[in-house]
Amino acid sequence: MHELSIAASIVDAVGETAAAYPGARVKQVRLRIGVLSAVIQDSLQFCWELATEGSPAAGATLVIDTLPVIVHCEACGQDSQLDGVQNFRCPRCGEIAADLRQGRELEIESIEIEDLEPDESAPKKPDIEALDPVEEQR
Amino acid sequence: MTTRIVELRRGILKKNDELAAGLRERFASAGVLVLNLVSSPGTGKTALLERTLRDLRSRGMRVAALVGDLETDHDARRLAASGAPVRQINTHGICHLDAEMVGRHLDAWPDVALSSLDCLFIENVGNLVCPSSYDLGERIRVVLLSVTEGEDKPLKYPGLFNSADAAVITKMDLAAPCGFDRELATGNVNQIRPGIRIFYTSAKTGAGIEEWLNYLAGQARCL
Repeated sequence: MHELSIAASIVDAVGETAAAYPGARVKQVRLRIGVLSAVIQDSLQFCWELATEGSPAAGATLVIDTLPVIVHCEACGQDSQLDGVQNFRCPRCGEIAADLRQGRELEIESIEIEDLEPDESAPKKPDIEALDPVEEQR
Repeated sequence: MTTRIVELRRGILKKNDELAAGLRERFASAGVLVLNLVSSPGTGKTALLERTLRDLRSRGMRVAALVGDLETDHDARRLAASGAPVRQINTHGICHLDAEMVGRHLDAWPDVALSSLDCLFIENVGNLVCPSSYDLGERIRVVLLSVTEGEDKPLKYPGLFNSADAAVITKMDLAAPCGFDRELATGNVNQIRPGIRIFYTSAKTGAGIEEWLNYLAGQARCL
């Protein structure tokens, strides 16, 4: 389906970011994919190697955080996570809840890079912020 | 060796989303209502559109269509019989339209100025999965479901149905022979996309078409 073009878009974005860290190796690319995003994760993983070949993302592992649907219920005013994508009702009060607050995400969260030479670890573009390693689970 | 995490927090389809936002602005300033028609192959997008273009024209509305298919200009030729300007987009294997394709074809369509239109229909490639990720700058996304496909299609393809603003059940003339359960299908659409407007049409007999046309005319007037 369209996972190869999704993968190609990711590779482009990773390449743009990685260009600020010459000599560094991209170890991991982390995505946030909502369950309603219409992306099949297995297919994306399947074409990842092909899509990254010869790019700065070559050899990087692809980690996908799956985001469940969160709806806002107008009746009770609460945001709630839904168990699936089959029934858009507030799990608290049972009212219909169509106001989607999460579930369509198709985002690159972060990339993990390894600097080969510590001297070159400083990013050349000042607008890209290097942050401390984040925990695996958020 | 040091390892670091660089946060990107950007949309994977950022480029498409930016192009789509540009198109949406263009459509709004031209005052044209743009609809993106999505469904599986064979649901009857072209048949509904043939009838819609013809009937809206006879109401005096200025309409046009962009039609996406992997190959052939069969659909464009069918639609052009309505007398409306029609342009075919061949994606050559790509399973959806994207904002770049729409923008490029609009720019290469010299006989059609957006500001001279009331309504522009974009008939997407027949596919119930991939088109849901690609914003085309449309104001209304219409998902079509034919009575021959089964009432549970919305449950099987929630991503697309949930992204739609209106739904059209097509081929209602075949409802009885197919044993189509209208209430069940309606319930399933509502379960995935509560509150969505649903039309029950037959392009062949004209059933339900009047209501659909009134909706379109009303939406076009709102701009």
